[in-house]
Amino acid sequence: MKKKLSLLVAGLVAFAVPAKAAEEGTPAKGISYSFEGPFGTFDRAQLQRGYKVYKEVCSGCHSMKYVAFRNLSDKGGPAFTVEQTKALAATFTVKDGPDKDGNMFDRPGLPSDYFPSPFPNPEAAAAANGGAIPPDLSLITKAREGWHGTFNQLVNGIGGPQYVYSLITGYSEPDEALKKEQPEGKYYNKYFASGHWISMPPPLADGQVTFDDGAPNTLDDMARDVSAYLAWTAEPKMEERKQTGFMVLIYLAVLAGLMYFVKKRVWSDLH
Amino acid sequence: MSGPSNYQPTSAFGKWMHERLPIYAFVKETALDFPTPKNLNYWFTFGGILAVMLVVQIITGIVLVMHYTPQTDMAFSSVEHIMRDVNYGWMLRYMHMNGASMFFIAVYIHMFRGMYYGSYKAPREVLWMIGVIIYLIMMATAFMGYVLPWGQMSFWGAKVITNLFSAIPFVGDTVTTWLWGGYSVDNPTLNRFFSLHYLLPFVLAGVVFLHIWALHVPGNNNPTGISVKGPQDTVPFHPYYTMKDGFAILVFFIFYGIFVFYGPNYMGDAVNYVPANPLVTPAHIKPEWYYLPFYAILRAVPDKLLGVIAMFSSILILLALPWLDTSRVRSGNYRPIFRGFFWVFAIVCVALGYIGSKPPEGSYVLWGRILAFYYFFHFIVILPLVGLLESPKPLPSSISDDVLAKRKPMLAPAE
Repeated sequence: MKKKLSLLVAGLVAFAVPAKAAEEGTPAKGISYSFEGPFGTFDRAQLQRGYKVYKEVCSGCHSMKYVAFRNLSDKGGPAFTVEQTKALAATFTVKDGPDKDGNMFDRPGLPSDYFPSPFPNPEAAAAANGGAIPPDLSLITKAREGWHGTFNQLVNGIGGPQYVYSLITGYSEPDEALKKEQPEGKYYNKYFASGHWISMPPPLADGQVTFDDGAPNTLDDMARDVSAYLAWTAEPKMEERKQTGFMVLIYLAVLAGLMYFVKKRVWSDLH
Repeated sequence: MSGPSNYQPTSAFGKWMHERLPIYAFVKETALDFPTPKNLNYWFTFGGILAVMLVVQIITGIVLVMHYTPQTDMAFSSVEHIMRDVNYGWMLRYMHMNGASMFFIAVYIHMFRGMYYGSYKAPREVLWMIGVIIYLIMMATAFMGYVLPWGQMSFWGAKVITNLFSAIPFVGDTVTTWLWGGYSVDNPTLNRFFSLHYLLPFVLAGVVFLHIWALHVPGNNNPTGISVKGPQDTVPFHPYYTMKDGFAILVFFIFYGIFVFYGPNYMGDAVNYVPANPLVTPAHIKPEWYYLPFYAILRAVPDKLLGVIAMFSSILILLALPWLDTSRVRSGNYRPIFRGFFWVFAIVCVALGYIGSKPPEGSYVLWGRILAFYYFFHFIVILPLVGLLESPKPLPSSISDDVLAKRKPMLAPAE
């Protein structure tokens, strides 16, 4: 009888609470990436393409202040060579100084520099973007969730890269009723986490960036590439983490197995 | 702690040392030879797991502090520096971050085990109460640790929790200002939380010592709940329980490792990867999962002060548990009615956690109130009444008899 009672309580809790669909935006599109799963790794060519999209499009407004150019040639990343990294860094202008006369000066970027921010301060960023500050992108795929639910996230992951992909590809015309409440200078995007109206205009269009490896450059392809690149910038040690984890778990499993037999042996002389 | 030592050292150095500091005799008696009931199941391994987790948290924490900067402008980026530039920094941080969750998973299992087997009953009331104090210190430590990365949820979580103190009549605002070290959560708050987060684990280690001391006076409880009657009921702690606990710790580490290496951010909140911003409030402020049941109780009461009182009472009521449970039978195995209510209570706690994670609107509010009411009802009404009204099943005559009785049917086919 007690068992029935506890089942009843569990049932009531599970079903009487209505699922709130409108928690935060629409769930992101569940696309898959090469870096998912316990053995998943980044696709180097995809990260290199994603870098190019960031450089040519996103970096106009979005900073990436926790990533240094030298990271571009780190193990487990886009695998640019050291020479390539030097050349890529030099395409950015970095403010340095003061020199011996006390003046700040501009110089080409070096591998040791962090990605320079497009705006000198948040106020300048807001003034140039209709009052909205474009967020830093270094950690964006860890700072956003593609979908919700304790069990859903356990099985499918948190969905940060999918959120970025869905946002970039998710601009659409609002229906007539919504259109009436469209705020000035905002765009409709049902994937946007804070309420459908986003200040960022659609950032990418088909064919906007030309890839050196001749890979397809539709909006969909570029969104996949740049979201993969942002997954790397957020978690640059992901490959090292998964590989170390595999060794650690094998070691622990073997040791636990041995320990189990030791324990059995020790206890067998009892009684 | 079991009377004068009868240990006789054999080596010359051993004798010399024994006359000056009998540390080996102490370890031998309290840890190696300590008589332990021979019927402890794996639910009883979580005390050992918790001790190991405390050590893991202290070691990873000390190394993290070598690279962390407790300053509002630099805290967030120093954590990113650990994640990106420090050798194995990502591993240290993910171990520490998930270690906190593992610590709470283990402590909740440990507490529910104590509740099921009546481990809080005479003569173990003080042992239990020290445990409740450990739990309170753990909660304070974890809360302050969560503030240190200075993400959005760090900041707003700190703001909401410290604001609770402003509900105290007359002096509330003064107390809150004093806690903050200013008129808002800011650099002084971060600095003092950092200092206390470093201090409290060592306080915890001291209180854990008292907990183990209080354990060693009456000895372990066990699944039958009946007291040890003689040497046939016990085995020496080493090697029997060092090996059994050792195995359990390794299995727990595998579980822990799966999260550290393959889902390190699953138990955290994504919003905490956005740097703290006092001007932007996150859509849903909610604490880490291990506080959610208490957060639900806090929000179940419409009045702020009464809500705070209800939340603190929900933890402090555990101190009175040894006297609220009127049954003299310890183990739930022999208390059929109690056992049913125990599982209902466990489900209610999980359900409260679920409610705590949801916004306080719609039917969540009503369910939060019903469940919060039931939480207290369990302690104040059900436990005292069930103890008086229920007729327990017959107890085995001794631990040893119980072990032998259970083994027989398993041996029968082999005979």
